[in-house]
Amino acid sequence: MADAAFTPPLARISPPRSAFTRSFAHFRYVMTSNPITFLAFLLLAGMIVIAAFGPALVPHDPLATLADKALKPPSAQHWFGTDQLGRDVFSRVIIATRLDMLISVSAVAMSFACGATLGAFAGYWGGWFDRLSGRVLDTIMAFPLFVLAMGIVAAAGNTIQNIVIATAIINLPFYARVARAEVSIRRNAGYVQAARLSGNSEFRILLLKILPNTLPPMMVQLSLNMGWAILNAAGLSFIGLGVRPPTAEWGIMVAEGANYIVSGEWWLALFPGAALMLAVFTFNLLGDGLRDLVDPQRRT
Amino acid sequence: MGPLTIVFARCLQAIPTVFGIVVVTFLLTRALPGDPAAYFAGASATAESIAEIRAKLGLDQSLPVQFWTYLKDLSSGDLGQSISTGQPVAAELLRRLPASLELTLTALLLSVAIAIPLGVLAAVRQDSWIDQLCRLVVTAGVSLPTFFTGLLLIYVLYFLLGLAPAPLGRLDLLHVTPPQVTGFLVLDALIAREWATAWSAARQLALPSITLALFTLAPLARMTRAAMLQALASEYLRTARAAGLSRGRVLMVYAFRNALLPIVTTLGMVFSFSLGANVLVEKVFAWPGIGSYALEALVVSDYAAVQGFVLSMAVLFVLVNLAIDIVYTLIDPRMRIEG
Repeated sequence: MADAAFTPPLARISPPRSAFTRSFAHFRYVMTSNPITFLAFLLLAGMIVIAAFGPALVPHDPLATLADKALKPPSAQHWFGTDQLGRDVFSRVIIATRLDMLISVSAVAMSFACGATLGAFAGYWGGWFDRLSGRVLDTIMAFPLFVLAMGIVAAAGNTIQNIVIATAIINLPFYARVARAEVSIRRNAGYVQAARLSGNSEFRILLLKILPNTLPPMMVQLSLNMGWAILNAAGLSFIGLGVRPPTAEWGIMVAEGANYIVSGEWWLALFPGAALMLAVFTFNLLGDGLRDLVDPQRRT
Repeated sequence: MGPLTIVFARCLQAIPTVFGIVVVTFLLTRALPGDPAAYFAGASATAESIAEIRAKLGLDQSLPVQFWTYLKDLSSGDLGQSISTGQPVAAELLRRLPASLELTLTALLLSVAIAIPLGVLAAVRQDSWIDQLCRLVVTAGVSLPTFFTGLLLIYVLYFLLGLAPAPLGRLDLLHVTPPQVTGFLVLDALIAREWATAWSAARQLALPSITLALFTLAPLARMTRAAMLQALASEYLRTARAAGLSRGRVLMVYAFRNALLPIVTTLGMVFSFSLGANVLVEKVFAWPGIGSYALEALVVSDYAAVQGFVLSMAVLFVLVNLAIDIVYTLIDPRMRIEG
């Protein structure tokens, strides 16, 4: 190959571009370089649309019972069949998306916020606070986490709100540990020392200089954790905690359908279970894709 | 340091953790909504009878005093009385523990037996079909809710194919429970030489343990593959190859033994998952273990039983981690020097 014919790829890109086109180009690069991440992103977008507009999309009232149409297999009118009370399973699966997403998103958001704060303080200042929070987190991790969540919900009361809190508490250590590790390695980085010398307060340094830099690994943790949070919340409602029967939620729908599996009415449990699986799968793929982006070394 | 000193030091290190667990379970009891004394007294209680019960339960004491009483009760193995059955919680948990252990251990054995060869092969033959299979199993295992896998297996293997027995507990009603030796029905039946009973118990055990194994398979296979890949890319392995050692020896002795350490660590984590997943699997298969006991207790808000369950699961988990830690120290000479 003749050297003169070779144009470096950078030279072909015109330099002046707005921030928006630049980030869009990066987004496009990421998505096209890994089609699976793109697929996961599409699935996520679909799920958000369903969660937002679910009630407007469903063909039937998810709570309307029709005694003469109980336990009908999937048909053109009822795509996912009907349940033991004649309710349309398809509509219920769609409606449930919002509640399931809401539970897991708020649980993960709570863990993220509390875990990041706790971990950042522990990692930045160290000392007794670090040791104390480390002890508390170790104690949480010493429990089988699902069992601890059961105990918390049992003690605090059987409500959806407590499901969210329990899920948030059992996920807290993961975020706090990542935040602590990421903050403590940057505590004395060059740019932090520069910021300190130019008179920034410690709090300002932590908030504006260090935390933004720890966000990428935290986001990966978030996405990887999200699927697990959904599974946990659904597991809790499967065993009868949190969500009350007429409400449509994937875990409780699978639990209700479980009684009919042995007599062959598979559609009651299969569709909500599949929806649950798809949601978890989406977040896991997204998390793996994000991790590859942020940390190519850990690619599996 | 000698191995015995290390074992002793590890045991000492577990004490603060156990103490933390006891504090958390104690605080969980205190966080109860409503008044336990009023609950115990029943609907027709008067203010005096509630106060009397409160004094009897020690609920009128200060928190530290109550905690001290709790510790004293615990040290004599008293986990309190179950409200719903009237039995001591500790006795009920002990009676049901073998069923859960039988399920969990069978599942773990099964998943180790599948995951480790799968992970090793996937690492050795990277990007081959077996690597793709490993990737598929890992992704599916992480995404599938345990209770859902269980129901799918019941539908396909029981309802459609008729291969598996009905998912109703540990033993078919036709068979008499063998005399208890180990508490594991299959083993007990084998010891009692009741082959038909053993076969029936094994058939009942198959689906729940496969369900649980599918769930625990993913992290194990993933870690095995990653650890093997790391070992295979190492300098000492290149040296071993260059020295002309046989392929089998390089793989099994040099690569696998080094990859074993992270795998053992993952095993501890997987055990924690399976203690939680056990509850779900026991519900799906009507398995009479401690998980279903806790669920029955949850339904009727039987707090002592739930607390006892949480505490004993956590202590069990700490003990398993301790055992793994000790094994780890004993098989890895480097830990001994650092220790």
